[in-house]
Amino acid sequence: MATEKKKTSQVVKYNKWGYIFLIPFVVVYLIFQMIPLISTIYNSFFENYMSGLKQIGPTWVGLQNYITIFQNGDVPKYFGNTMVMWIAGFIPQIVLSLLLAAWFADTRLRVKASGFFKTVIYMPNLIMASAFAMLFFTLFSETGPINSLLIQMGMIDTPYKFLSHVVSARSLVAFMNCLMWFGNTTILLMAGMMGIDNALFEAAQVDGATSTQVFFRITLPLLRPILLFVMITSLIGGLQMFDVPQILTNGEGTPMRQSMTMIMYLNKHLFSKNYGMAGAMSVFLFIITGILSLIVFKFSTSESND
Amino acid sequence: MPNEEYNDVEGGLGIIARRVIAYIVLILLTFLCLFWFYLLFINSTRSHAELNRGFTLMPSKYLVQNFNNVIHGTQPIMTGMRNSFLVAALCAILSTYFSAMTAYAIHVYDFKAKKAIFTFILAVMMIPTQVTALGFIKLIGNLKLMNSFIPLIVPSIAAPATFYYMKQYMESALPHAIVEAARIDGSSEWRTFNTISLPIMKPAIAVQMIFTFVANWNNYFTPALVLSKDNMKTLPILIAQLRAADFLKFDMGQVYVTIALSIAPVIIVYLFLSRSIVGGVAVGSVKG
Amino acid sequence: MKKKLLSSLLSVAMVSALLVGCGSTAAPAAEAPAAEAPAAEAPAAEAPAADAAATDAAAPAADEGKVLNIYCWNEEFKSRLTDHYPGYEEVDATHGKIGDVDVVWTITPSDDNAYQNKLDEVLPGNADAAADDRVDLFLVEADYALKYVDEDVTLPVADLGITDADVANQYQYTKDIVTDSTGKLKGVSWQGCPGVLIYNREAAKEVLGSDDPDKVQEAVKDWDTFLATAKKMKDAGYKMTATANDTYRVFSDNAGKVVENGAIKVDDTIKKWVDMSKEMVDAGETGTGDLWGDDWSAGFYPEGKVFCYFGPAWLIDFCMAADDEASIAHAGGWGATTGPQGFSWGGTWICAANGTDNASLVGDIMKKLTCTTDIMLDIVKADNDFVNDKPAMEQMAADTSYGDAVLGGQNALAMFCAGAEKIDRSNMTIYDQGYTESFQQAMKEYFEGNATYEEALDLFYTSVTEKYPELTY
Repeated sequence: MATEKKKTSQVVKYNKWGYIFLIPFVVVYLIFQMIPLISTIYNSFFENYMSGLKQIGPTWVGLQNYITIFQNGDVPKYFGNTMVMWIAGFIPQIVLSLLLAAWFADTRLRVKASGFFKTVIYMPNLIMASAFAMLFFTLFSETGPINSLLIQMGMIDTPYKFLSHVVSARSLVAFMNCLMWFGNTTILLMAGMMGIDNALFEAAQVDGATSTQVFFRITLPLLRPILLFVMITSLIGGLQMFDVPQILTNGEGTPMRQSMTMIMYLNKHLFSKNYGMAGAMSVFLFIITGILSLIVFKFSTSESND
Repeated sequence: MPNEEYNDVEGGLGIIARRVIAYIVLILLTFLCLFWFYLLFINSTRSHAELNRGFTLMPSKYLVQNFNNVIHGTQPIMTGMRNSFLVAALCAILSTYFSAMTAYAIHVYDFKAKKAIFTFILAVMMIPTQVTALGFIKLIGNLKLMNSFIPLIVPSIAAPATFYYMKQYMESALPHAIVEAARIDGSSEWRTFNTISLPIMKPAIAVQMIFTFVANWNNYFTPALVLSKDNMKTLPILIAQLRAADFLKFDMGQVYVTIALSIAPVIIVYLFLSRSIVGGVAVGSVKG
Repeated sequence: MKKKLLSSLLSVAMVSALLVGCGSTAAPAAEAPAAEAPAAEAPAAEAPAADAAATDAAAPAADEGKVLNIYCWNEEFKSRLTDHYPGYEEVDATHGKIGDVDVVWTITPSDDNAYQNKLDEVLPGNADAAADDRVDLFLVEADYALKYVDEDVTLPVADLGITDADVANQYQYTKDIVTDSTGKLKGVSWQGCPGVLIYNREAAKEVLGSDDPDKVQEAVKDWDTFLATAKKMKDAGYKMTATANDTYRVFSDNAGKVVENGAIKVDDTIKKWVDMSKEMVDAGETGTGDLWGDDWSAGFYPEGKVFCYFGPAWLIDFCMAADDEASIAHAGGWGATTGPQGFSWGGTWICAANGTDNASLVGDIMKKLTCTTDIMLDIVKADNDFVNDKPAMEQMAADTSYGDAVLGGQNALAMFCAGAEKIDRSNMTIYDQGYTESFQQAMKEYFEGNATYEEALDLFYTSVTEKYPELTY
């Protein structure tokens, strides 16, 4: 508005709007997430659980809860499980998504009915994870159709217990996660591609670049911010993995808790209202997510602006 | 397909081969994606006894009966649907609008606390919901907000992941030049954001709206913590209750019908919004 | 009732369901739509009330609370009350009326412990809550009854005017489960849940040469013969039981306390179950699926090829898919016999919450539904429940015209009656529920060869101490 002011004061005037636009976020965040977070951290230093109807504690125990979850080897084990299952699902997911996004964007490939395909691939995400896992559970049960099919084809003679073997149990979890999220990732990548100036593609085409070249030289580098976003959110989602393995394995992470994730373990403590241990587990989860995201973040940004 | 491409002397595979591969993969994926909906549909046409007996690909004849059982059952499914829609829609709108606003603040302006705030938001983005659940529920109790939609809707204003996406998107699609130009034209900051920047962000907003809507529509976690009154409950809670029915009333047929019912509106919203993404509104506004 | 659920499948939401407990929600407010409530002495809604209604269907004393809050996890008790308590009128799904008193139902599914969380949240402060919000009556299941009974959140039934003479007809074990450590009876049940061995008649004829209950009993009279029969069944293509867990309750019901002086115990009887089950699983005579799962219920159909299940009356009548034409139950293809050992499974107990402002009404409900033979006979006839009344059940057992269609017309009540007399549940602890779940899960790993017995036992200890941090092993 007031254009008669000097330039610097104008910039300051504009920049004050930065703060104004941040107000809603900051206020809501502080109330609904910061306060709960602090109270969770506070809880982690106490022995505090229910035995029947009796409240035990809260008694200050310092770092005892942390020592316990590390000493019995629980945390490293469940962290490992979680990462293995996340990676096993994420790699095919990102490859598939990039491939699809590239195909859809490829003007020479001219995929017919691409609108249909784009719409369809996201759909698995519309089903509640719990309902989806229920269907999977039925399909892969001992008396389920997959087993009957395999037996009919003569590949096995007794039903294979998919959820009682490490590799198959973890693979099922990874497969489901991949299937649920690859459409989401593809849409994100496509939205990112739409932000890329079409002139770049046209210029490359005129210069006779192949689709592969266009993809690796133009699309991928320009997609970096979105890819980074996908990677980080998927990592966060992966660390929070819960519904799918919980339902597929009855909450037990069969076999021998080798498909039990960190949140499933957290859940066990919440179940017994063990606020101390659950708090410690939460804080650990908080720290580990922070570190991992930081690594991913640093790794991806340092490459881009060398 | 029969026609050769004019400039088709490519390195790598010929265009036809690539096209064939692409179609095969796409059709396979389509099957993998749609099969579950078919399965849900089949299961919702079957009676509890049939479902117990095992699996089949052929629909049965109990769809209407299951549906009637659900509608006339003790669970207020229709109210639940309305509640879910209210919560999910408001969350989607608030979350995308305010995330865009927050991202805009970080992207466009230059102020002292900018870097600190940006880093902070990135850091807190990683906190899983479950981590703060204990404290959240205590807080809601203290604020006397149990059995209210406020704790479900208002927190969506602060959605770090959505914010981050918006920020990333702005980097590739919202050049500072546009904002500058608007300022020179005498547009206020508030107006620039709402009438010039937001429209450019449309694809990103549509994407995030879908994600937020679906996530909240299907969310069981927080609603189950907060809502206990029957007429406030959202669909996922009702589905969980149907599944928990006692052995006399337990009916998987009803469970599947309810799941199917709960998916239908999401699909509609999705199809509606997906058009605005696929249409590619963004292109051009950058150059302009 | 041991809830049938795929508690697994459901628990998606586990985390949250649990947390519900730590909130501070009040009971649904007492806003019962009393608008068009009919006159107090409206015609008793449903059939069987007739005779009993004559006595004192009238409303409770005037000085009592206006709202009767009932907490439960399903609709079973509501239908019992609606159908069999004189004077109860249904207003809508969660409200009813008894005379001038509004009845408010708070139904919380027992999934993921949500029901117990709810009780844990409201019961301790119940006496201080506003009169209309106080819980008056709540229900518990056998596996965790002691958790509430052994605390002062429940009132002794004697305080409600129920005497020893009133409950004299009830089976002893149903009283043991809800007797606290000082010997006070703190709840009553209208059900008895003695279990029997339910066998596939087809398989019995084919393999044992006869489907006569006495002949079949010979082949399953103790665990050694049971195992020998399992071999024969296996050779003929049948599984003896659908899963190893089928036999668990038969053993555990006859074992010692699961926790003594704060230490987790694995009783010899339980160990016997482990050894026997491992042998059977290895020989392919049983499976490792979970109860209520698809692999378990497959045996309800002829092609499932399962010889027997263990269960009480409710399992036979309601859970074996009798309404499905293809099922064995529909064709009346099951038979019942005593089996190797007696046991019980399930049951629902009515408790009065400390702080209730409707004590005499609660007492009256208890008395009518669990101590009045006429009403209980009505329950048997209308709902096929096995009721907690010895004379009533003996009368039915002797009734040759009564038979169970699922069992091909066999009247197995005499067997149930005999079983119910012998059950001893005085060894219950507050840990039984969590112990049982953890133990079955851990042993499944051993049965499937993913762990040695010792490893499985470690897993079990880990799992139990997660649930009950105060326990040692």
